[in-house]
Amino acid sequence: MAMLAKNRWGWLMVVAVVWLVGGWGRAAAQDTTFKEGVRIGLVYSPGTKPGVLIMPVGGDMADSIHTILSRDFEYGDRINVVALDPSAVAEATTAARVGTGPVPNYPLYAKLGVQVLVQANVTAVGLHVSVHNVVKKQIERVRDYPLLGVPLSPEWRLALHNAADDLEFFVTGTRGISSTRILYESGGRIWQVDADGANAIAVTTTGTAMSPAWHPKATHMAYMQFGSAGTQIVIKEIGGPTRILSSTPGGLNTTPVFSPDGYTMIYAHAAESGADLFAVNAFGSEPARRVTVGRGSDNTQPTFSPDGRRIAFTSSRSGHPEVYISDADGTNADILTTFNFGDQSYRGSPDWSPDGRLIAFQTQIAGRFQIATISLRDRSIKQYTSEGVNEDPSWAPDSRHLVFTSDRGGTRQLWILDTDSGRPPRQLTRSAIRRGARLGAWSPPLRPH
Amino acid sequence: MHRTQRLVVLAIVAGTSLVAACKKKPDVAPAPDAGPGTPPAPTCDRACQDSIARARADSVDRANRERERLEAEARARASASARAAIEAKVFFDYDQSDLSASSRATLDAKLPVLRANPGMRLRIAGHADDRGSDEYNLALGQRRAAAVKRYLTDQGVDAGRLDVISYGEERPAMEGENEEAWRQNRRAEFEIVAGGDNIVVPK
Repeated sequence: MAMLAKNRWGWLMVVAVVWLVGGWGRAAAQDTTFKEGVRIGLVYSPGTKPGVLIMPVGGDMADSIHTILSRDFEYGDRINVVALDPSAVAEATTAARVGTGPVPNYPLYAKLGVQVLVQANVTAVGLHVSVHNVVKKQIERVRDYPLLGVPLSPEWRLALHNAADDLEFFVTGTRGISSTRILYESGGRIWQVDADGANAIAVTTTGTAMSPAWHPKATHMAYMQFGSAGTQIVIKEIGGPTRILSSTPGGLNTTPVFSPDGYTMIYAHAAESGADLFAVNAFGSEPARRVTVGRGSDNTQPTFSPDGRRIAFTSSRSGHPEVYISDADGTNADILTTFNFGDQSYRGSPDWSPDGRLIAFQTQIAGRFQIATISLRDRSIKQYTSEGVNEDPSWAPDSRHLVFTSDRGGTRQLWILDTDSGRPPRQLTRSAIRRGARLGAWSPPLRPH
Repeated sequence: MHRTQRLVVLAIVAGTSLVAACKKKPDVAPAPDAGPGTPPAPTCDRACQDSIARARADSVDRANRERERLEAEARARASASARAAIEAKVFFDYDQSDLSASSRATLDAKLPVLRANPGMRLRIAGHADDRGSDEYNLALGQRRAAAVKRYLTDQGVDAGRLDVISYGEERPAMEGENEEAWRQNRRAEFEIVAGGDNIVVPK
């Protein structure tokens, strides 16, 4: 083989010769925008991330499916996507499915740094996927995923992302984050966008809204909207009607968040003095009960621990905003982010990671907000941004990626960073609306329905 | 008297006067109505009389209108100044809701107007500069508006006349990332929501 290793194309031609399986159907209007971050198998360093090669897909929308699966694995940061130029792969012959055609040349793929081969073909009902373990030289898993709706529609994409996330779980042990959406504010409306940046659509059509939040089952969302006599919390069923939370009428009602069991809502309310957190049955009509006793200070931006027993929030009770932590009923409150006396900079916007280990927050450094995390175990702080102003972090379900607002590109947009790899953040939104996009809220895993 | 008879009488009187003036010596005290230099009484017909009356009335009207105009202007000025006192903004330090001495003076200037206009209701809107967290700044704006309301109610203004609302950093008065813009944006604004049509000027 060494004589063939002179250049990349030599390798690819070998692949083309030995791999004769896999249809390479083509269809119009396909999504082939995936170009960035592509790595060839030769750069794979063993022991970090499994190298996965997605073979050319057979059937309708093949290029789009290949592109979306590759991008989903790439954005997950847990898989080393081995890319081969499609032109270097031979056209499909008659055999469209693994198992009916020749056996792949496993030793060659192993040398290319490939540990897993994913072979996908579109069938009448969806996507038929075989996963090869290159090391064991065998197929480990065969599964059919339904593809719903019109190709490239939001439902169709969600179904495909769901397949990608399930495959990622099978390969790495951690479910991917591509079948998720992010709520955010732009131009006074609440928007949602797929985690890969597709399908940005306005969810609210009237009024001025802020501070969106997901229900843990993704059946509802909540947000704040401006009214004539103050601001209100709105609870909206996804794709359904809205209801105004009326437990504290008038004044400021803002930063709603659902408890992990989905039944309780905590939000900030202020009338004639400072803002305090209040808790209420999100779907009932009981009066709200006070959670914090701020004595005129501002207490806002609550976030729940994943077990629902604790909350973190922003409070100015020390004189300027810091992140505090307390029991969910407001007792045993303690400052979480330590500060130096006389320090006028501040910290806020906490978001508790789904695995419970970290709280992400924004901290002022040299007058500019940056994204950081603090460990609940030893209170060690890690800073993740330094370019521009970076605010309002929200965790992905994998407790590894954060969506945040940044002006690093000139306007405020949402970006996503990986807390593990240190890879440069990728831009999620490209809102042309004045003042851009902000206040991202990452959904729980979404299932196609 | 008929019109002709009256004219005849007038003519006779005038003629007699002229004759008398000619006959009498200068050292004789002149008749009060016909002293030296007094022009001969003009003849003035009906149209003449009417125009004199009209002119007189016009001039009175003009004077009245001018007086009214000046009074209206003065009232408008006083009213505008009362409105300006009501609408004058107050400003805050970074991340603070305390009222400075100059803020308290600005608020004190509103008190006589509020007392003279018991039907007037205000909406106090608290704002923040854009350096803090967007969500936290909504709470900060609310705290600023509430601090202003508390000061005014402490001075005797009925709490029911004052609504508070916060816009956080959502509605900047001045765009820009500099000290002046930040200073202009850390403010409370006052909107008259009732009783603003005919502002009674305090004495």
